[in-house]
Amino acid sequence: MSVQVRYFASIRESLGGGESVYFVVGETVVDLRRRLQSRSSAHAEALGDGKALRCALNQTLCDADALVPDGAEVAFFPPVTGG
Amino acid sequence: MTTAPRVSVQTADFDLAAEVRALHAGDAGVGAVVSFVGTVRDGAGAGASASPRVAMLELEHYPGMTEQAIERMIDAAFSRFDIRAARVIHRVGPLPVHARIVLVAVASAHRGQAFQACEFLMDYLKTQAPFWKKEHTSEGARWVDARVSDDEALARWGLRSDNGAAG
Repeated sequence: MSVQVRYFASIRESLGGGESVYFVVGETVVDLRRRLQSRSSAHAEALGDGKALRCALNQTLCDADALVPDGAEVAFFPPVTGG
Repeated sequence: MTTAPRVSVQTADFDLAAEVRALHAGDAGVGAVVSFVGTVRDGAGAGASASPRVAMLELEHYPGMTEQAIERMIDAAFSRFDIRAARVIHRVGPLPVHARIVLVAVASAHRGQAFQACEFLMDYLKTQAPFWKKEHTSEGARWVDARVSDDEALARWGLRSDNGAAG
C-alpha cells in the first residue's frame, strides 16, 4: 500500500531522488503533490502550486487530475529541455 | 526494415556515418535518409549575448521512461508518415561545447516524408521526452528553461504541449 515518488533535475536537487509515501484511495496526482508540499519547507518550495511542474504516472506523462493507483510510480519534474 | 535498436540513451558519442549506413542497409526501397544532429552551443560565443560562456552542459534523464517515450514517438512517426526506418540516439551526462547531443535519422522512399518525420520527431522530443539540460558557466550552473517556441513547433503537427508554458 504505497506510492513511489520520484524527482528529477532541479526538484531532485532540492528533495533528493524520491521517496515512498502511503497510498490514499481516490487520490489524484495534484492531491499527492499537495500532500507532499506539507512534508517540509523544502517540499513546500520545490513543489509549490506556483511552480511550473510536469508529472508522470508509471513513466508516462499525465495530467494533474490523473488517479494514482496503489503501487504506482509518480514523478514530478520541471518542463523538459532535451533535444 | 531494420532490426537494429531504434532508441539509445547513452553517454558515449555516436558515429553519424555508421548510423546512416545501418538505417538503410538491406533495404533497397530507401531513396532518402534525413538526419539531424543537435550539438552543445555556447550561446555567448556569437558575441551578441551578454550571457556567460557555457563551459559544459550536463544532461539528466528519467531512465526507463525516456526510452519508452521515444519508442512511442517513433511509433507515432511511423503511423503519420510513409517512412521505412528511424533511429534516435540521445546522449546524457556531461558534454562539452561542440559535442553531439542528439541524432534523429529517418529513411523513406522519397525525401519529403523523411524530412517531415525527422522534424516531427525532433519537435516531439523537445517537449515530451524527459531530459533536462544544466549549463555550467564561469558564473555557476543553471537549469535551462523550456521554450514556448518548442510547444508552438509541436502544435504544427496538431499536437498540444504545455511544456514551455507549464504551470
